[in-house]
Amino acid sequence: MIVELGHYALVLALALSIAGAVLPLYGALAGDRRLMGIAAPVSIALFVFVAASFAALTHAYLVSDFSVRNVVENSHSMKPLIFKISGVWGNHEGSMLLWVLILALFGALVAAFGNNLPMRLKALVLAVQSAIGTAFLLFILTTSNPFLRLVPAPVEGNDLNPVLQDIGLAIHPPLLYLGYVGCSISFAFAIAALIDGRIDAAWARWVRPWTLTAWIFLTLGIAMGSYWAYYELGWGGWWFWDPVENASFMPWLAATALLHSAVVMEKRDALKVWTILLAILTFSLSLLGTFLVRSGVLTSVHAFATDPTRGIFILVILCLFIGGSFSLFALRAGTLAQGGLFAPISREGSLVLNNLLLTAACATVLVGTLYPLALEALTGEKISVGAPFFDMTFGPLMVPLLIAVPFGPFLAWKRGDLLAACQRLFAAFAAVLLTIGVGLFFAGPSKALTFFGIALAVWLLVGSLSEFAFRIKLFRAPLAESFRRARGLPRAAFGMTLAHCGLGLTVLGIIVSTTWNTETITTMKPGESVTIGSRIVTLDGFLPVSGGTYTGTAARFTVREGGTTVATLAPEKRLYQVQNMPTTESAIHSFGLSQLYISLGDVKADGTTVVRIYYKVMILLIWLGAIVMALGGALSLSDRRLRVGAPKPARASAAVPAE
Amino acid sequence: MTRKQRRLTLIGLAGLVLASAVGLILFALSDGIAFFATPSEIAANPPAPDRRLRLGGLVETGSVVKDGPKISFAVTDGKSAVPVRYTGMLPDLFREGQGVVAEGKVDATGYFQADTILAKHDETYMPKEVVEALKKSGEWRPEAEATGPEPKSVTR
Repeated sequence: MIVELGHYALVLALALSIAGAVLPLYGALAGDRRLMGIAAPVSIALFVFVAASFAALTHAYLVSDFSVRNVVENSHSMKPLIFKISGVWGNHEGSMLLWVLILALFGALVAAFGNNLPMRLKALVLAVQSAIGTAFLLFILTTSNPFLRLVPAPVEGNDLNPVLQDIGLAIHPPLLYLGYVGCSISFAFAIAALIDGRIDAAWARWVRPWTLTAWIFLTLGIAMGSYWAYYELGWGGWWFWDPVENASFMPWLAATALLHSAVVMEKRDALKVWTILLAILTFSLSLLGTFLVRSGVLTSVHAFATDPTRGIFILVILCLFIGGSFSLFALRAGTLAQGGLFAPISREGSLVLNNLLLTAACATVLVGTLYPLALEALTGEKISVGAPFFDMTFGPLMVPLLIAVPFGPFLAWKRGDLLAACQRLFAAFAAVLLTIGVGLFFAGPSKALTFFGIALAVWLLVGSLSEFAFRIKLFRAPLAESFRRARGLPRAAFGMTLAHCGLGLTVLGIIVSTTWNTETITTMKPGESVTIGSRIVTLDGFLPVSGGTYTGTAARFTVREGGTTVATLAPEKRLYQVQNMPTTESAIHSFGLSQLYISLGDVKADGTTVVRIYYKVMILLIWLGAIVMALGGALSLSDRRLRVGAPKPARASAAVPAE
Repeated sequence: MTRKQRRLTLIGLAGLVLASAVGLILFALSDGIAFFATPSEIAANPPAPDRRLRLGGLVETGSVVKDGPKISFAVTDGKSAVPVRYTGMLPDLFREGQGVVAEGKVDATGYFQADTILAKHDETYMPKEVVEALKKSGEWRPEAEATGPEPKSVTR
C-alpha cells in the first residue's frame, strides 16, 4: 500500500511540475500576478510530494519488501540498516529519484526564502526549475520506475553490489547531487534573466549564494568520492581521470569560474553575458554528467544498468535543455546591456584570466572524456584516454592559473598596479625561492619538477595569507589595530583567503604524496616482517570475519617503531555470498597527515599471501585542502552582504535569516 | 583604455589560452592515449615498443604462473595468445578462462608488460572490450559468457 502511495505521489508530483512550469511562465509573459503567485506554493508542494515518494521507497527498503522489484534487485534482509537506507540510491531508479528530490528541494528553498526576489524573476526561476523537474519525473515514471511490483515476490533479495556496501554510499551521492543539481538554480536564474531580458548587479547577488552553496557541496562530494575510491578499491589511487570522475569535475571547474565571474558582475556590473553563459554551461555539464553516468555509455561502478531507452531519453532531455538554453542565449544575449570598463591589469582582468584558464582546462577534460566515445561511434576504433593525456593538457593549464591566484586580490578594481602587487607579495616570493633553494640543495636537480610544484603550493599559501596580512596591516600597525581590522573584515574576505589556502594545501598534498609515495608488494607468511621506512610491519596471523551478507578473512598486522607497537591494521578479504563476489577491504592507519595503507591478496592454504603496503606521505592534505576550500565557501556564504535586502540586524533584535 | 582596445586585449588573451589548450590537446592525443588491441592484432602486427595499448581477451586456461607478486599469464581471443607479465595484485575477479583487460606496452622480447589489469567486476558481466575481441576472432559465444542484465563493474 505504501509503495502504491509513493508511486501515486510521484505521478502527482509530475502533474504539479507541469503546472509549475507552464502557469507561472505564462503568467510572467502575460503579466498575470495571480498565475505568477502560484509558482512558490506549487514548488513547495512539488518537493513535499517527491519527498513522500522517496520516503515510501525508503520504507520499502527498510522493511525489505521483496514484492518491489527494485528492492529485490538491490537489497537483502540481512543487510545492515545503514546500507538498507543508502541502498535506496545505490541503484539507477533510486538515484534518479534522489536527483529529482534534490532538484525539488532547491526549488522549494528558492520559493520559501526568495521573498526579496522581484515577483517576475521568482516566477520565471521556479518555472524553469519545474520544467527540469517535469523532464526527469517523466524519465523516472516511463523508463526507471522504482515502484514496480514483482509477482510472485521472492523470499530474499539479490543484495547490493558489495563495492557499494560502504559508509561512502551514504555520504558521497547525496553530497555530490546537492552540488550537481544545485547548479540548476543558477541555470534557472540565467534562463529567467534571458526571458526577462534584464540583468543587473542585483541578479548576480541573488545567484551567487546559490552557486556558492552548490559549489561547496560539489567540492565536498568530489573529495568524498575520491577518498572512498582511495580506500575501497585497494589500489591506493585517489583520482583516476575516469570518465565518471570527469563528469563531476567539469561542472566543478565551470562552477568555480562562475563564482568568480559573478563577483565581477556583482561588484562592477561587467561580464554579464559571460556570466549567463557560464551559468548555462555549468548546468549543461551537470546534465552531460548525468547522461554519461546514467545512460550506460560508460561501464563503471556508477552505471547501474544498461537499457538503451534510458540512454536515449536522457539524451533527448540533454538536447532539449542544452539546445534550448543556448538558442535562447543566442537570441537574447545581444540585448543585455554592457557593463563597466576595466583595464587588462585590474581585479576584473585577473578574474577574466581565471575564467579563461578554468574554462580552457574544463574544455580539455571534456575533450578527453568525449573523444573516445566520439571516435568509437564514428570509426569503431577503441582508445582509452587516461592519466597521461590529462597530465599533458590539464596540468600545464593549471600552472599559470595557480601562479595568478595570489595576484588577483592585490589588484584594484578597474585599474590595478602590478608592480605594487609584486612588492606586497614579497614574502611569498621569498618563500618560493627558499623552497626551490632547499629542494635543489638537499634533493638535487632530479627532483626539480617536484620542488617547482611544492613552490607553487607555497606561493599559493603564503600569497593568499599575505593579502590577508596586508588588509589587517599585520606587523605594520600595533597588534590591537590589526585585530580590530580583522574583525572588521567581511566574512567573504576570510572565505576567499581560506579557499585559496585550501587550494594550496590540496596542491601540496598531490605533489608530495605522488613524489614520496612508497609501494611495497611482497609475499608474507604469519610471523614475517617488512620494513617500511623507520617502521616494521609484521603479519601476526589471520582471523575469520563475518557480517551482514559476507564472510571473510582478516589479516592482523602490527606496526612497530623503535620497539614499541604504534598501530595494528586488519585488512580483509571478503566473499559476499549472495552475489558470490570477492572484495578486498584495505586497512589504513594515519601517522599525522601521512597514511600507511595495507591491502591483501589471496590467502593460500599455508598462510602465505601477497601484501601490498603503501606509505603515502601527507596524502591527507589532498582532502583536507578540499574541506578547507569548502569551509572558505561556507564562511563566504554566511557573509551578510550576500543576502540582498537583508536588513542590518538591529542591536537589540536577532538577525533575520533572509535569503 | 577604450572599449575597443579592451575588447581586443580580451580577445587576444582568450585566443592565446584557447590556442595553447588546443595545442596541448593535439599533442596529448598523439602521445597520451592507449589504443585497444586484440591478441590476434598484436600477433599479426607487432606494435612499436613504446606504444601504450589496452589488450583485451580471456585469460588462457593453465597459463597463470604466480611467483609471489610477479605474475605471468597469456591473454587469448581463441586464435592467438599474447604473453603478459605483471607485478602487483590482481583484481578480485581475475580467473583463468575469464575476461580481462591489460594496459601496458609490448617490450622488445614480445612480452606484454602490463601496469594495470582490469577484470570483470561481478559474475554476470564481461568488459565490453573483451566481448569485442572475442567477436572479432569469431570465438564469441553469448550463451557461455553473456553480458548480464545488470553490469555492475568498476573500470578504475
